[in-house]
Amino acid sequence: MSRRLFPFHGGVHPEPHKRESNTTPIRAMPLLPRYVVPMRQHIGEPARPTVHVGDHVLRGQIIGEAQGYVSTAVHAPTSGRVVALEPRPAAHPSGLYDLAVVIEADGDDRAVAFQPLDWRNMDASALRNRVRDLGVAGLGGAVFPSYVKLNPGAQRIHTLIVNGAECEPWITCDDRLMRERAGETLRGIAIMRHCLAAERVLIGIEDNKPEAIAAMRAALAALDADDARGVEIVAVPSIYPAGGGKQLTYLLTGLETPSGGRSTDLGIQVFNVGTAYALWRAVELGEPLISRVVTVTGHVAAPGNFEARLGTPLVDLIAAAGGELPGATGQIVGGPMMGFDLMDDAAPVTKAVNCVIVKNATLFPPRAPDLPCIRCDACARACPVVLQPFDLYWYSRAKDFGRAQSYHLFDCIECGCCSYVCPSHIPLVDYFRYAKSEIWQREREKLAADQARQRHEFKTFRLEREKREKAEKFAKAAEKTKAAAGAPVDADAERKQALLKAAMERAQKAKEAVQPKNVDNLPPAVQREIDEIEARRAAARDAAEHPADAGADK
Amino acid sequence: MLSAILVMAGIGLVLGGILGWASIRYRVQDDPLVEKIDAILPQTQCGQCGYPGCKPYAEAISKGEADINLCPPGGEDGVRRLAELLGVEPKPLSDDAGPKPRSVAVIDENLCIGCTLCIQACPVDAIVGAAKQMHVIVADQCTGCELCLPPCPVDCISMQVIKEDVTNWKWRYPVHMMKRVA
Repeated sequence: MSRRLFPFHGGVHPEPHKRESNTTPIRAMPLLPRYVVPMRQHIGEPARPTVHVGDHVLRGQIIGEAQGYVSTAVHAPTSGRVVALEPRPAAHPSGLYDLAVVIEADGDDRAVAFQPLDWRNMDASALRNRVRDLGVAGLGGAVFPSYVKLNPGAQRIHTLIVNGAECEPWITCDDRLMRERAGETLRGIAIMRHCLAAERVLIGIEDNKPEAIAAMRAALAALDADDARGVEIVAVPSIYPAGGGKQLTYLLTGLETPSGGRSTDLGIQVFNVGTAYALWRAVELGEPLISRVVTVTGHVAAPGNFEARLGTPLVDLIAAAGGELPGATGQIVGGPMMGFDLMDDAAPVTKAVNCVIVKNATLFPPRAPDLPCIRCDACARACPVVLQPFDLYWYSRAKDFGRAQSYHLFDCIECGCCSYVCPSHIPLVDYFRYAKSEIWQREREKLAADQARQRHEFKTFRLEREKREKAEKFAKAAEKTKAAAGAPVDADAERKQALLKAAMERAQKAKEAVQPKNVDNLPPAVQREIDEIEARRAAARDAAEHPADAGADK
Repeated sequence: MLSAILVMAGIGLVLGGILGWASIRYRVQDDPLVEKIDAILPQTQCGQCGYPGCKPYAEAISKGEADINLCPPGGEDGVRRLAELLGVEPKPLSDDAGPKPRSVAVIDENLCIGCTLCIQACPVDAIVGAAKQMHVIVADQCTGCELCLPPCPVDCISMQVIKEDVTNWKWRYPVHMMKRVA
């Protein structure tokens, strides 16, 4: 095939170390007596446990259901009894404990009835919900719940990129999977494509895996013409980190994912080949995600790949690979470039664990002490995201996080190329991870502070309002009492007044009624006498009223 | 000469008019400095600064009445950011007990008598309950201000340090092993 490729900036060529583990077929792990299944196996909200201690569970039974949108279900890896529901060591760089369901296997390994789905004739939303309940999450490392990614939403997805690059040294689980289960993987890809309605499918595989490329091409030739249309298997040059989602997208299409954006912004969705295989099992067999292929390599007796059930303690997995050889100095979960040191080998396999490497002093010598940065810019030349790691390093080291962020710290994919090439052995990525988690912490605190401020302001407002309402209520009540006290008084007074008026009127009438009649029909002499007396009275009254006039007359 | 004076005076009047109009049209109502200071304060509303909440403390700082080092929950980092904002020298915290670990209040449900005193004390309404009903603290909303501790008549509230788990775990500052070169 002569597809034009678009090499990305930078990248490194670490020693591949693939031969150690990719020559033997995938081995099935024997059934273990005990599994520890963490509830947090994916990005987003952890699953909510649905079983109690003492419950009997069957293989494939849901023991934790998805809570929230970015979440997915967790299933029992075998049949048995739930013996504990408690925090257990997690495969996490912190080595902290996280909630897990501990299942004691009964040895029967009985399964629930699996229901294959008729995905071609199924409602897209119903299919996605089934995929959520079947627990499928991205097995490439980011463990994003697949059902969310299978929903194109408003964005039209024209290209589905399937990531089989597996660029990290030592890891060979995808390589073996493609060699041995190419047909199933391609059928899983057909389901993804059906969900996304993508026109073309590009499967990118690094050219250091010729057997996998050949197996996939052979399987593609054998696939139904309908499913095979527009599917192309592309051999990409082996350069780390060609398996980074954004790097592979650029390599295959020449489209650059915008800063802070996702490949879906370009109409492209990226899945890992392991996810495609898990999706095939989930949809066509109805079997939930309860196992995955894990590479166990490094300083062990029989390195190789294992089909390990989720919940398998890593110590048992290492034992299955022949156990650690004398001189082992610890384990790495993931690859040597992006993985982390395992704190407790009781931690179990989760959907995120693709590889366990046992270290020894010659393969993984202890880190040399750092020398000061000499600003050689080797890190900038190696950075696949075209950042300036030395600047980010200065700012992160000085805890000047705002400046680090303005230099696009969050576009860093933590691939480790800068640390790998640094001649001064500065652990650059450790500084970037530190700065990122500090910034996240600050953002969480800021969010909490904003909420607290809002709540406090509302409480103050509420108290003020209550006080005002109370005062108003009191004022109203006081007025009402006054009115209530005043109204009867008024009515009473009115009544009294009316009574008084009536009484006075009656008195007046009575007075008029009893007027003396002794001045009627008087003889003229008596009348004259009365008139004279009246005249004198009037004169006396007049003199009393106007004494000055009277005095002046005298 | 006269025309030059008139032209200059005219320009002066026009520009003065524009400035006067702009100062009225684009008047800033609130003191933006108070908002900026308030944004730095941790909003625990604990009153350890001597002011009844973060906003009053921010107002006091902006008026120059309060020092910038009175907020223990904000820690040295908060003092440093305030100093940066205000262009003054950072100072050590006035309270030398040092920053306390972040914690939340927890009510012992067996002892709570449902008196509602803590509900009234909580500055962010993070306590749910009613008279003679058991109270409970919404841990996500609790700022760890400890204002609910003194009013409780039965001492059933205790502060619990927030433990590190997988969700709030942070990468540590890389240990620096410098090689001696000279």
